[in-house]
Order: sequence, then C-alpha cells, then structure tokens
Amino acid sequence: MRTINNRYSWERYQKQIPDDHFYYARSCIRQNFFPGSEAAFLKIMQDELGLDVLDDAKHTSCTGIGYHADIVPLETIMTVVARQFSLMTEAGYENLVSSCITSFGIYTEILAMWHHFPELEAKIHEHLRKATGREFVKPKNVIHTSDLVFHFRDRIAAKAKYKLYDVINEKPLNVVEHIGCHYSKIFPTNGIGGAEFPYVLAGMIESWGGQVIDYPERRHCCGFGFRNYLVQANRGSSIANSKLKFESMAPYKPDFIVANCPGCSMFLDKWQYTLAEMEGVTYGPDHQAIPVLTYEEMAGLVLGYDPWDLGLQMHQVDAEPLLQKMGIEYDYTKKYLGKNGKYIGSPKPCNCF
Amino acid sequence: MNKWGFGINEKRSIDLDKNSPDIADRVLRDEPSLRLCIGCGGCTATCSAGNLTRFNFRRVHHLLRRGEYAALSGEIDKCMLCGKCTLVCPRGINTRNVVLSIRKHLSV
Repeated sequence: MRTINNRYSWERYQKQIPDDHFYYARSCIRQNFFPGSEAAFLKIMQDELGLDVLDDAKHTSCTGIGYHADIVPLETIMTVVARQFSLMTEAGYENLVSSCITSFGIYTEILAMWHHFPELEAKIHEHLRKATGREFVKPKNVIHTSDLVFHFRDRIAAKAKYKLYDVINEKPLNVVEHIGCHYSKIFPTNGIGGAEFPYVLAGMIESWGGQVIDYPERRHCCGFGFRNYLVQANRGSSIANSKLKFESMAPYKPDFIVANCPGCSMFLDKWQYTLAEMEGVTYGPDHQAIPVLTYEEMAGLVLGYDPWDLGLQMHQVDAEPLLQKMGIEYDYTKKYLGKNGKYIGSPKPCNCF
Repeated sequence: MNKWGFGINEKRSIDLDKNSPDIADRVLRDEPSLRLCIGCGGCTATCSAGNLTRFNFRRVHHLLRRGEYAALSGEIDKCMLCGKCTLVCPRGINTRNVVLSIRKHLSV
C-alpha cells in the first residue's frame, strides 16, 4: 500500500469552512443512539471556543431516511430542505452546519441539482410558498459538524486534558477512522480529502496524539445504507459489510473506532454484539469488542468531559477499557445514573461465548 | 433461522490473489488459442448442452481464468463435445480441446 504517497493526497481536496456564525441542523436519529454527542458538540463550539452556533427548535428532520427508502418523493424532500434554509435565512445565518452525514449528503445533492436544473429550484420556491408562505435563500456554505471540529482541531488540542495516548503501554492509540459514504463519496470536492483519502477524522486523531490505522477495507461501507437494513431480510448483506471491515481491521489491533456518520457509529457498535451472538467472534484483544466513538465523544474525552455526560454508557461496546488506557478518571458508580441521579438501567451480560 | 431473522451473507467477492492460477496456466499451455477469446458468447449461444442444461462455455472460461475450480468441476462434465462452439468461434479457438484439457487437469 502506497501509504506515504497517499498520506498527502487529501491536500488536493479542501473546502471553505467559515470561522463563525452557524445554523445548526440536528440529526433525527443521533440523539437516540448517542445522546451526548450533539450536546457535546454545542458545548465545545459555544462554551470552549466561543462560537455563534444557533440550535433552532423549529427545524425538522430532513426526511432523508424516507427519501432513501423511496417513501418521500424528491420534490417533497426538496421542499422540507427549502424550509430549513428559510428558517436559517430568517434567523440571519448563511452557514448551515449539519450534524448528520445523510442530511449533509441530501443538502449538497439538492443544491447541486438546483444548480444544474434552475427550473426545479423555482418550482420548490413555489411549493414552499404555497405550503408555508415562506421564502428561502440558499446557504453560502454547507458543512458537516465533523468539518467544524476538524477546522478547530488545533484549538481543541490546545485545551486538551488527555491525549489519544495509551498511558498503560506508553504508545499512541491505534485508531480506525470511518467516514460515512455520503460525506464525500457523492461529491468528493465537498469533503476534506475527497472520497478516497478523507482527512477529516484522521486530522483530528493526529492532532490529538493518536495514530491512524490504514487497513485494506478502510473505505468500505459499514453496511448501514438504508435499503440494506430497513427490510429485515436484507440485513444479512448489511452485517456482512461490517464483518468484512472488522476482519480487515482486527490484525492492526485498533484501540477504538471513530466515525462521523450516525448510522456508521451505530452499526459498527451494535453489529459487534450481533456478530458475537451469531458467531461467537470478537475483534478486539482478549475477547473484547472494539469501542466505537463519535468524533464529538472523542473530542469530549480529549477535553476531559465526564464520559457518562458524553453518553458512553449508552454504547453497545463498553468504552471503559479505552478510558483506562487513556488514563481518564471516571466514577464507575455514576455510570448508570441519569442527569437527575436516578438509575437508568444497565445491560445484562450476553451469553455469546 | 436464528433469533435475528437474518443470517450473514457470504462474501461473493473473488480474491484473485488467493486463487491459484495453476490449472488455468496448464490449460492455456495445452491450448494457447484460448488467450484470443474476446468473450463474445457465440460458443454459449450455439451450445447443444446449453439448450438442455445451464452449461455455459463462456462462464466455464471465466471460472477457469479466475481460479474457481470447485465450481468448474461440476460444470465441465455437461459438455457433449459436439464441437458447434468451435465452428462458430470468431477467433478460431479450439474449444473442444479446452474442454478436454480442463477435464484432464481437474481429474489429476
């Protein structure tokens, strides 16, 4: 593998990332899977970096799941997206930052379609006017939240309490980075590093002291793709994709996986349990699975946030071995306590082995 | 079916680095004209065995060149050696000799 030459290929693909004033579009599913991630993002951006990020209660799902499942027609999703743009315009913002990779793909795809088919954009203006009485202006910049964390990675590194460093074995942590397909495989120029060598997560890992693993199936899809799992009978294909990736990365002994897509983070986390139940295999050391983090959780750990505030107890794969490797101090007794101090329930051990 | 309602799909990718080219090389040595194949499928279209079974000479050629010999051994015995494929081949490949050579090397 020509790693040395590939290492800098990402530099050809750069995108404009503004420095301040963002309209935040949340994901519809992330808050269920990884409930602390979006809160951590806002805390980092607003409290740590002092940026203007508007978390608007009025916006909705982009309906991307319905669109990719052939339930929501193209013009309908375009009108929903136009409404988000309208809310952004109304609030006085020009930079849209999307928390979800699917939404990010939807926004960039729709803007590209409107660019090539202006009559379609005119039609959507008409649809939105009729449906809501609103007008919209297209955003100047559409970025993904991981772009923003990447953009400010050095400022985050300057405030870091912990490094991506294994304090037990005294070596940088081996990290698998996984990029959601809709980040840059549809429009390579809209992602940092393009489709083949996206640098957005690798940049964060390197800035925060970790070591990126370059394994053969690095760019392979995790298998989440909506059509791949919405129908139960198709899930065999979905899990086969994840299995291929795990088998490919396991020899490199990753300490954890980080992903920038809601679906990838969820599937890479939960499929490890499913594979353990189905086949009795795990891919981490000592019959353990490999912890999976979102990039906000990774940033939160680096900044010294409480792991249970970040929601790490909600992961299928236990993140505690990783916390111990990083030398993070945490209170085990608070692991399964909610914000109000009440017990939230804890998982039962599986009978996988 | 397990409690999940689905299994894990088998990999369908063909890893050419893991498959041995051994038998394919021996067949190509026996019948070098096979290298001229352009995959037009004329052989398959005219095949007598193909009329009666799912035998497909072009598929046989693919399986051979990819080193998928397990699938090949079940197929190759279906050929009746009528030679019509040889007559129609635009590249003049001696397809009957290819079939005989594959049978010989697979049986070793």
